[in-house]
Amino acid sequence: MTEITSPEQFGSSRVKRGLAEMLKGGVIMDVVTAAQARIAEDAGAVAVMALERVPADIRSQGGVARMSDPDLIDSIRAEVNIPVMAKARIGHFVEAQILQALEVDYIDESEVLSPADYVNHIDKWNFTIPFVCGATNLGEALRRIVEGAAMIRSKGEAGTGDVSEATKHIRTIKGEIARLSSLGKDELYVAAKELQAPYELVAEIAATGKLPVVLFTAGGVATPADAAMMMQLGADGVFVGSGIFKSGNPEQRAAAIVKAVTFYDDAKIIADVSRGLGEAMVGINVTDIPAPHRLATRGW
Amino acid sequence: MPEATLVDMPAPARLAGEAPIGVLALQGDFREHADVLRALGAEVVLVRRPEELALVGGLVIPGGESSVMDKLARMFGLFEPLSDAVAAGLPVYGTCAGLIMLADTVLDGITGQQSIGGLDIVVRRNAFGSQAASFETELDVSGLAGGPMHAAFIRAPVVETVGPAATALARLADGRCVAVEQGSLLGTSFHPEITGDYRFHEYFLRRVAAAAFRR
Repeated sequence: MTEITSPEQFGSSRVKRGLAEMLKGGVIMDVVTAAQARIAEDAGAVAVMALERVPADIRSQGGVARMSDPDLIDSIRAEVNIPVMAKARIGHFVEAQILQALEVDYIDESEVLSPADYVNHIDKWNFTIPFVCGATNLGEALRRIVEGAAMIRSKGEAGTGDVSEATKHIRTIKGEIARLSSLGKDELYVAAKELQAPYELVAEIAATGKLPVVLFTAGGVATPADAAMMMQLGADGVFVGSGIFKSGNPEQRAAAIVKAVTFYDDAKIIADVSRGLGEAMVGINVTDIPAPHRLATRGW
Repeated sequence: MPEATLVDMPAPARLAGEAPIGVLALQGDFREHADVLRALGAEVVLVRRPEELALVGGLVIPGGESSVMDKLARMFGLFEPLSDAVAAGLPVYGTCAGLIMLADTVLDGITGQQSIGGLDIVVRRNAFGSQAASFETELDVSGLAGGPMHAAFIRAPVVETVGPAATALARLADGRCVAVEQGSLLGTSFHPEITGDYRFHEYFLRRVAAAAFRR
């Protein structure tokens, strides 16, 4: 019958990127308590992001935002059976080491927290736990992949309930990939230079027409329609941060967004799940936020 | 699966054309399965609704989050038709979450989680622990020609008990069962759709063809 003929390999790119593949077509929800994690799992979340404050509160309360207390992460891990993600500050490799020690399933090196290093991101190849990183354009996505990110999410503008930045970022990334596919080999050298990314990776994307990792969308998604729009624009899945637990009826809204992501191309179903959800998060228009206070510009 | 039973079967590409192969597309890596099946010559239908299920001569349940697939299947009226189709002998291949969906008994599911069932097995969901314990390895698969299969286990389930009606096809070095078959049903804890080894999919398409032949 069966025998293992080679040693087991842990933390390979394939199993890191593979977990993201299994999350596709799903919704990852920000939660700040075990009770919220329970609501998220019951509503059909494919994973939860454990954090101390949702982006809307980080934005309104200000101050330095850091990795969550390990006790909070443990309490959420104990509550649910779906994968648990947690955020580390950009460049804060020790926070990432702690999250790995806590055995979270994915680490989000996130611009929602205050960056710990304005030059370097975390060397993500040093970890067996996979990383997801934000990106506003293809070059940024590729630089994160070169550093070892196993999943990319477009950034959007977190904590606003305004989906316009998420739209801009997913359209930008998709558009830049489509443009690469139309270039000749000689033009790809210049494209790689302009994208500030290695030629081999740029050439691979030109040939396959897609990123080598899963691409989710995040930042400002507040309604089933927002989520379905991101899917129609080509996202593999959706992160919802403040949009659920800053709304009037989190249980129902969470379940509605899950359904809208699966049936993203069926307007009748999206209409049905959009009924009677109560108040959406109030939100802030991105254009009303002064440029220095925009989170999407963190990371480079 | 003794080699002899496969000898006289035609290539999957020809017979799979009789009815399309469905891939359950509620959540998970269904596009990867669809790509593999198309590469093997099958016509593929993504299944999210009962009327799509009714079209197919075989079904793949992909990897993903089993609790979410279960929930969506129940919410959108797909759970009963799936159970009925399995009971009626529809060939189904489940990977990871798909294996959980096909298990008669699921351990460590989320509260209220149900499975379609059909395989006489007890499956433990997420049996290895967190993502840190996800791994790749080589597996010898009983009856599968062409040498060991490279297999990726991602927060994978394990078959803790193989009932008398089911047959174990592969085990880890510690003896834990990670691939089973029973009648028209096939299940693996691992993900051939992301490792580029399509022998399980080829085998599944042959079974679909044989089932169509009998009907």
